[in-house]
Amino acid sequence: MPLESRNLSGGYGDRPIVEAVTLDLERGEWLSLVGANGSGKSTLLRLLSRVLKPQRGTVLLSGRDIHTLPPTAMARQLALLPQQQTLPAGLTVYQLVSLGRSPHQPWWQWDLDDAGRQQVEAALHWTELEAYRDRPVSDLSGGERQRAFLALALAQDPQVLLLDEPTTFLDIHYQLQLLELLKRLNCQRGLSIITVLHDINLAARYSDRLALLRQGRLWAIGETAAVLTPDLLRDVFEVEVALVSTPVGLQICPLAASVPASALAPTVG
Amino acid sequence: MITTARSRMLQPRPLGQRQRILLAAGLLCVGLAIVIFLSLTQGSVALTGSELLAAALRQGDAIHQTILWDLRLPRVLAALLVGGALGLAGALLQGMLRNGLAGPFLLGISAGAGLMVVLMVGVGLVQIWVPLGAWLGAVITTVMVYLLARTGATLSVERLVLGGVAFSSLFGAVQSLLLLLSPDGQIQAALNWLIGSLNGRGWTEVTLVGPGLVVAAIAGCLLARQVNLLSLGDDLATGLGTSLTRSRVLIGAIATLLAAGAVSIAGLVGFVGLIVPHGVRLLVGTDYRLVLPFSTLGGALVLSGADLVARAGPVELPVGVVTAMLGAPVFIGLLHRRRLRGGM
Repeated sequence: MPLESRNLSGGYGDRPIVEAVTLDLERGEWLSLVGANGSGKSTLLRLLSRVLKPQRGTVLLSGRDIHTLPPTAMARQLALLPQQQTLPAGLTVYQLVSLGRSPHQPWWQWDLDDAGRQQVEAALHWTELEAYRDRPVSDLSGGERQRAFLALALAQDPQVLLLDEPTTFLDIHYQLQLLELLKRLNCQRGLSIITVLHDINLAARYSDRLALLRQGRLWAIGETAAVLTPDLLRDVFEVEVALVSTPVGLQICPLAASVPASALAPTVG
Repeated sequence: MITTARSRMLQPRPLGQRQRILLAAGLLCVGLAIVIFLSLTQGSVALTGSELLAAALRQGDAIHQTILWDLRLPRVLAALLVGGALGLAGALLQGMLRNGLAGPFLLGISAGAGLMVVLMVGVGLVQIWVPLGAWLGAVITTVMVYLLARTGATLSVERLVLGGVAFSSLFGAVQSLLLLLSPDGQIQAALNWLIGSLNGRGWTEVTLVGPGLVVAAIAGCLLARQVNLLSLGDDLATGLGTSLTRSRVLIGAIATLLAAGAVSIAGLVGFVGLIVPHGVRLLVGTDYRLVLPFSTLGGALVLSGADLVARAGPVELPVGVVTAMLGAPVFIGLLHRRRLRGGM
């Protein structure tokens, strides 16, 4: 099992945002975390990648607790693409992607070794950024920039890739382009992927399983067709939806925001 | 492989990257050579090239030998050491704090050292103990800033900067109060140090502090990849296997040792550590594997050049005045450019 969490709770300060989440990621599987704003999707991803320290529970990476693994040993197996990147002004695409080799380099080694250079070339090749290698990252368009940061994560040569809202700032074209690329890496190279995706339809279309989160708890997890039901979506998003069969599989069509049951309850006294 | 080669041909390396680096390295080395030569030959007694060579070989006029070996050479070395240390410390802190307005004195180093020196001058402990006191004041203050910035096991950039500002203003106020209360002669002695000067610095300072600074500088340059990783932001750096707290402590410690060493030799020389890294980034880009060594060389060049200017006039100026007079306008220029670009 590449990545699993056991009874994982955590958040900021003393207040847990994610509570008692237990889930497994199979090898070569794509799992998407889906839920309303504030349901703890991003927090869960940060807990899974050691960015946040859990208050309770553990995260196991290939069976070992990520908090006892040395940070670089973890980074050799697991890569994280955060939602918003700090743009290092002036760094070129090649320099940026090269930094992905850091966990594989001893601290005193300044430059890439041959294996490192090959991995960087491969990452540039997969993301079709070879022609951009010497362009400053800050000069790229949103879609190219996101691909550059994905190349950085791929240069890490991870078995597990965690992505937080990778499509947020992209238009439809680049959204599909990026997700298709991830799907290829997922199918052809056996990369295990967890994404936080805002767009339920994209999540349903590309992932193998969906995990629905509600108020920090794992509300439902399973194959897309099993989880994508009007009842579960009402629970999680408080919307009424219709399910539509499309050429790309089952998709949802939101109909109306449902009124929470508590608002209908008669007030007493 | 063919596609790689072709795409490289289609999109030629916007070149220059390599050439620019070589050019920058060449310029710095030539500049350093010129400044060192002028520093050794110019002064109240000017030496010609052949006189310099003779004196260097311990031949010729005894006065010339003394001037070269006991006065000018240690002073040039002191200028190079102090400038290099300040340039590198500034670059390290700007990179670590992701803030172009950070300088080597941001974490309270100047205030700590300054307060300590004013206290020592006030008690009447002059000269010999001042470098050690300044060093201690600088290091202790930075440790306090770090302890204040620590929350649990994490160390946030914002808290570091705010802690530095808080301690700086507190110690600055105490220092001003002490200066106001002390007799005139002591103010003069303390001020000379507070402004920063290389006047009369000799082999004692160079041999005492120099080796430590060189070791710290090498260690600092080796941290380049850590600085590069930190510049990607906390989450991504963590994902790439960086321990944020350990990196920030390590980089801060090296920068503090560098700045404290520089301060113990020359006092509070301002603006070198702030300006030089900016100039270097304009020349070689933002890869800290280049920025750090170049900032060291650049700092050495700027401070030795400033010292040359400081002792060119009929009255010798403290070198800190020269760096501030030249550095402040440059800094204002940089700020202005940033404003035009819409940043900051």
